[in-house]
Amino acid sequence: MSLVTIIYGSLFYFATLILFIGLAYRVYEYASIPAPLKIPTPPAPKTKKGVAVRLFREVVLFESLFHSAKWTWLFGWLFHFALLLAFFRHLRYVTDPVWFWVSWEIVQAAGHYAAYMMLIGLFGLFARRVFVDRVRHISAPSDYLILVLIIGIALSGLLMKWFPTDIFALKQFFLGLIYFNWSELPSDFMLLIHLGLVLLLMIIFPYSKLLHAPGLFFSPTRNQTDTARDSRHIADWARKLES
Amino acid sequence: MAVKEFEKPELKEFTEVPKLENEATSHLAPFKSKEEFQSTLGYPGELVDNWEDAALDKMGDLLKKYRSLRVYLDSCIQCGACTDKCHYYLGTKDPSNMPVGRQNLLRSVYRRYFTLPGKYFPKLVGAIDLTKEVLDEWYSYYHQCSQCRRCAVFCPMGIDTAEISMAAREIMDSIGVGQKYCNEIIGKVHKIGNNLGLPEPALADTLEGLEEDVVDETEIDVKYPLDQKDSDVLLVTPSADFFAEPHVDGLIGYGKVFHQAGISWTLSSHASEAANFGMFIGSYANMRKLALRIREAALDLNVKRIVFGECGHAWRVAYSFLNTLAGPFDFLDPKYPVPQHICEVTYDLIQKKVLEFDKSANDDMVITYHDSCNVARASNMGDIIGGQFSIPRDIIKATSNHFYDMEESTIKEKTFCCGGGGGLLTDDLMELRMKGALPRMEALKRVVDDYGVTHMAAICAICKSQFSKALGYYGFEMDRIISLHQLVGNALIMNKKEL
Ligand code: SF4
Ligand code: SF4
Repeated sequence: MSLVTIIYGSLFYFATLILFIGLAYRVYEYASIPAPLKIPTPPAPKTKKGVAVRLFREVVLFESLFHSAKWTWLFGWLFHFALLLAFFRHLRYVTDPVWFWVSWEIVQAAGHYAAYMMLIGLFGLFARRVFVDRVRHISAPSDYLILVLIIGIALSGLLMKWFPTDIFALKQFFLGLIYFNWSELPSDFMLLIHLGLVLLLMIIFPYSKLLHAPGLFFSPTRNQTDTARDSRHIADWARKLES
Repeated sequence: MAVKEFEKPELKEFTEVPKLENEATSHLAPFKSKEEFQSTLGYPGELVDNWEDAALDKMGDLLKKYRSLRVYLDSCIQCGACTDKCHYYLGTKDPSNMPVGRQNLLRSVYRRYFTLPGKYFPKLVGAIDLTKEVLDEWYSYYHQCSQCRRCAVFCPMGIDTAEISMAAREIMDSIGVGQKYCNEIIGKVHKIGNNLGLPEPALADTLEGLEEDVVDETEIDVKYPLDQKDSDVLLVTPSADFFAEPHVDGLIGYGKVFHQAGISWTLSSHASEAANFGMFIGSYANMRKLALRIREAALDLNVKRIVFGECGHAWRVAYSFLNTLAGPFDFLDPKYPVPQHICEVTYDLIQKKVLEFDKSANDDMVITYHDSCNVARASNMGDIIGGQFSIPRDIIKATSNHFYDMEESTIKEKTFCCGGGGGLLTDDLMELRMKGALPRMEALKRVVDDYGVTHMAAICAICKSQFSKALGYYGFEMDRIISLHQLVGNALIMNKKEL
């Protein structure tokens, strides 16, 4: 077993733990903090089903963003949608036998072209951060670096078309990690960069603004029903004031 | 106090997003609360010795009590979509008045003390230590937010800067740094019953005078009862309604509506104030204490319904919070929602044809309507989605012939704040108030120029007071702001049989 395999294999375990335990812990934290008052913004749904529809539209279409900043919406949506397509394409490395729809030509091709789409989105977001004075003003170094990191992931992934690796061995490596039966990771330079950056992203996820992903589902202005007059909505700590 | 000299913003045809001017309004901050007002509310009288630790403890405490605060401090992607949405940024050009800029003042301290990257790599993630300078910035800029929630509507994460401003104000209060205007007023309500500190005998006098005026004008004996037990309706209204123009014309209108519909009603000297400034300072405990007065009054007067007069944030607290804070209201008539807005009452009566109008009584006016933020973005009416927009407009259309809305991006859920909400309606913030009114004034100017609009109706005491100043400042006539129920009162056809 090569040193590279040992390092990357261990790092993948470590990063996966951080990502999943970290995220699960955040979700647990968010879920256990009460929202003591009804604060939905209009148009506020009256039913749970209405809330589900609202969140669906926010998550899938970025509806609020569409109404507030068209360019940010365009680049942001392109990036996230491309991310989803790329994710589908990559499932072939970790499913065995490969899920039938993952091997469809269209899914694989879309996943490939998604890299370009993603880069357009990311460069657009980066440009906005640099050139719009208001956005530049609020940007911390980490805001640029996260974009750079994801651009690095997309670019190194795309470049593997020209710096290919042994994808059968790569798949064996991932399956080996999943079934605790390790096998060698091909030590091609571009692959190692690509995977290294992905590892970094996984590790910082629960400690960064990437928390907006679970956060949106816990945003009281968006996930509450507008039923304040129908029933009391009292938090445990607030109920204590009543005794 | 006269408006102090500052550069007057120019009214443009369309609201422009200005270039940043760093620290353009960092000199603005309201007067601080004195010891006596602080202690009435249960806060220390001056900055406590170990204030840094105390502030961080309080922040930690609030992070466990309010999901909004925690999730919003974590979830901002710094995308900038909100940066051009705040009327205070548009009017002052100060980047700390961009909603995300305002949030970041607290977020950077949160990151420093409550997150891993902020502890170890503060520079990287824009985390900073809590220092006296930071506290001063908090005091200044968290009192340049009217908690209007316009930013929350536009943010892809739904981040509500009002939640963060409220938390910041509560943290500051808890270490002895309170705002004079809000805390003094809350103290008055606790002690006397209303924001103006108007005691029961004075209130009774005022209402009597009002009855005489109405009889003189209409020859109809409309009553404005106080503390009348066993009435159907307890009306809770902002104390400004009791005498200041244009508020009082609204109160006259409510009285006429009840009179004509034959609904017995009363005001209460114990709950002679609809406003609840406890919300502005982010204090659940104070907000609850103020809300309980209304419950007590309803029980004491043995009424069947609670109805709120025209007041924006009061309606937010009433509609969205009252049941939670002071419920359950199972002793009231279950046929009616608790509480109701006076507009809901009037609207229902119009639907049932109990009220009829002579619209020509308002023919001297061409009217537009200002959606007050707290009604538009934090409440509802009529239990239909968007009812808080349609019901007031339907009432205006039922009572007058000439109505024009302002431009779509400045009304309904996208409405611009009047510039004086959120506990900022104080003379020591006049510069901020006038600059913050700019986007609304620009939208108004367009309908004035295009349709000859002469009057703007509103259903909020703060909006009405603020516009009484801002209209004059921007060269409109000052008395062009009116109560919605003034239109109702003007046009209502009254039966004269009782005299
Ligand atoms: S729109 Fe929301 S997420 Fe974007 S910068 Fe503003 S507060 Fe942050
Ligand atoms: S709540 Fe209103 S005043 Fe406060 S930051 Fe948001 S838009 Fe500005």
